Amino acid sequence: MKPLETLKTAITNSFRSKLRTTLTVLAIFVGAFTLTITNGLGTGISNYIDSQVAAVGASNAFTVTRADTGSGLGSGPQKYDPNTRVLAGGGRPGSTQVALTQADLDKIGAVPGITGVSPVTRLNTAYIQWNNQDKYQLSVSVLAGAQPQLDAGQNLDDGSPAPQIILPSSYVAPLGFSDSAQAVGQDVTIGIPDATGTMRTVTARINGIEQSALLSSGGAFINKALSTALTQAQATGTPATSAPVYTAATATFAPSSESQISGMKSQLSGAGYTAQTLDDRIGTVKTVINGIIGVLDAFAVIALVAAGFGIVNTLLMSVQERTREIGLMKAMGMGSGSVFALFSAEAAFIGLLGSLIGSGAAIALGTVVSHALARGPLSDLAGLQILSFAPGPVAVVIVLVMAIAFIAGTLPAWRAARQNPIDSLRYE
Amino acid sequence: MPVPILSTRDLTKTYGRGPDRFDALRGVSLEIDRGDSVAIVGKSGSGKSTLMHLLALLDTPGGGSVHVEGTDARSLSGRRLNALRNQMFGFVFQQFFLNHATTVLDNVVLPLKIAGMGARERRARGMAVLEQLELADKARNKAGNLSGGQKQRVVIARALANNPRVLFADEPTGNLDSATGRIVEDILFDLNQNHGITLITVTHDHDLAARFNRRVYIRDGQLITTDEEHAA
Ligand SMILES: Nc1ncnc2c1ncn2[C@@H]1O[C@H](COP(=O)(O)OP(=O)(O)OP(=O)(O)O)[C@@H](O)[C@H]1O
Ligand SMILES: [Mg+2]
Repeated sequence: MKPLETLKTAITNSFRSKLRTTLTVLAIFVGAFTLTITNGLGTGISNYIDSQVAAVGASNAFTVTRADTGSGLGSGPQKYDPNTRVLAGGGRPGSTQVALTQADLDKIGAVPGITGVSPVTRLNTAYIQWNNQDKYQLSVSVLAGAQPQLDAGQNLDDGSPAPQIILPSSYVAPLGFSDSAQAVGQDVTIGIPDATGTMRTVTARINGIEQSALLSSGGAFINKALSTALTQAQATGTPATSAPVYTAATATFAPSSESQISGMKSQLSGAGYTAQTLDDRIGTVKTVINGIIGVLDAFAVIALVAAGFGIVNTLLMSVQERTREIGLMKAMGMGSGSVFALFSAEAAFIGLLGSLIGSGAAIALGTVVSHALARGPLSDLAGLQILSFAPGPVAVVIVLVMAIAFIAGTLPAWRAARQNPIDSLRYE
Repeated sequence: MPVPILSTRDLTKTYGRGPDRFDALRGVSLEIDRGDSVAIVGKSGSGKSTLMHLLALLDTPGGGSVHVEGTDARSLSGRRLNALRNQMFGFVFQQFFLNHATTVLDNVVLPLKIAGMGARERRARGMAVLEQLELADKARNKAGNLSGGQKQRVVIARALANNPRVLFADEPTGNLDSATGRIVEDILFDLNQNHGITLITVTHDHDLAARFNRRVYIRDGQLITTDEEHAA
């Protein structure tokens, strides 16, 4: 039999026995549907996580602090050392954080691979106000490579001499704006107490509004110009003798491999510093999410196994029903290989049919549900499409399901194809 | 002396095992010449169909050998064996083995499809054979919807589709009324006499058997020289 003829006959055969084909396609459908949905869930959630993570900070930067020497549980208070400056506040009660000085920054910058070090000063901003309306508390942080997802406006320009700020969307209504678009371009007043306790004010322009996000701190992002202005305001009245100290530093590095990063980390820790990448800081969140996706995948595999048995069962029925047909074809000189090819083509066709319909239905339904959820219950998590379908993984699902259908359909056919024609013909 | 187209030597066939063991053939030696017409006659259960299946290389013998044009069937490659089944032999099964869900024409052209013939050629050849058996008007009908006699003729048409050199017919007229039976017989003998097809037919019917060149009598899986039933 010619290959094209085999294919045509296989397709005709699969449509000939409608009930059997429908049952098999249904079994495959369930498998493909479930797999595609869980897959889409995984893709949707990881897309969201990736964008959220990018909003928190750059992946090619460490946050470096002085290692909290031996403050392990029950180790008791640390001995006083006049050369070590301790910063109060932050962290849990009783914990202390050792400050970084310019000498520390130089040491960090000297580590091979580090391309830049900038100090992180804690800016104790007090409030934000627009147009003399109500004042609201505010915390700010410098945009160290983070890419916040914006609702309106533009990202910060660190090169600009004008002070700029990006506010979380939760500030829009309280400050008196009607919507995000109105807020963009407006000047706000930020209050910050100086070293003597006197409130100083700095004016900044709203450059953008950030979508409410999973990992966001609820604080505002500011550009270099505003950071400098606030630092100056905060430092007003500081005794001239005391050298500036910092809580932490941001050390950037060129894109590196996992091992290079851990190399730099161990160098820094050898020098007495704690370096954390973004992944380290949000590691727990990621672990939880990966766990959830893993559970979903496990369910998908169970569904696939169940569907696999369904497929084997229906195709096995079909082979028994058609053993006589195989016997007849062999009696008329069809080779075992051709018989096998015919049944494989049929199984693969049914598999393709089932998985295409299953995946198609999953994508259609998933997209509708995902949009409905994004507008409804999940609208607080802007930018979250709970189900999203990438062509690659969906193609993998289709091929996988087809492969199962293929194996399930051909194993029994293989047995029948090897028998003597007359043994198959006598099959009752 | 020319090599016989088919010959067997001490052919045996045993079905089942242990207490179910049954010797269907017990040493059959036979030679069939090219262009001959042979009737295999015997009681029900005597082993006629079993012998036919072994001659047509559809089954493997328990012992002994089958030679096709002098070649031992056991030495044939799979490809060669399939070519023989497809091109050299045509087989009319006692139980028909038609595919009831497809059309008469589709059933008839199955050997041509297996041979790799193109669709148009296949249909032309299929229609020609159906014409020959006066079934052209049923070509589009589902095979399952035919009468017993019509099915019998479809099976013969299928066996003839690929122009076989040897036609095996297992009770080809058993299901037919005498008029239709006569038509089928005439077709078979015409193929034998005018087209040189070797005809091997199983029959109960002694009138039909009398029309053949040669008769082979079988009893309990062994050949016997005379028709004892008839003689008695
Ligand atoms: N697959 C099988 N398993 C067991 N016994 C079988 C099998 N096929 C045939 N037999 C037995 O072998 C013997 C010969 O069978 P065969 O079909 O050759 O008879 P037959 O001469 O063609 O009879 P009929 O005229 O009724 O068709 C019978 O007794 C039958 O029961
Ligand atoms: Mg019989």
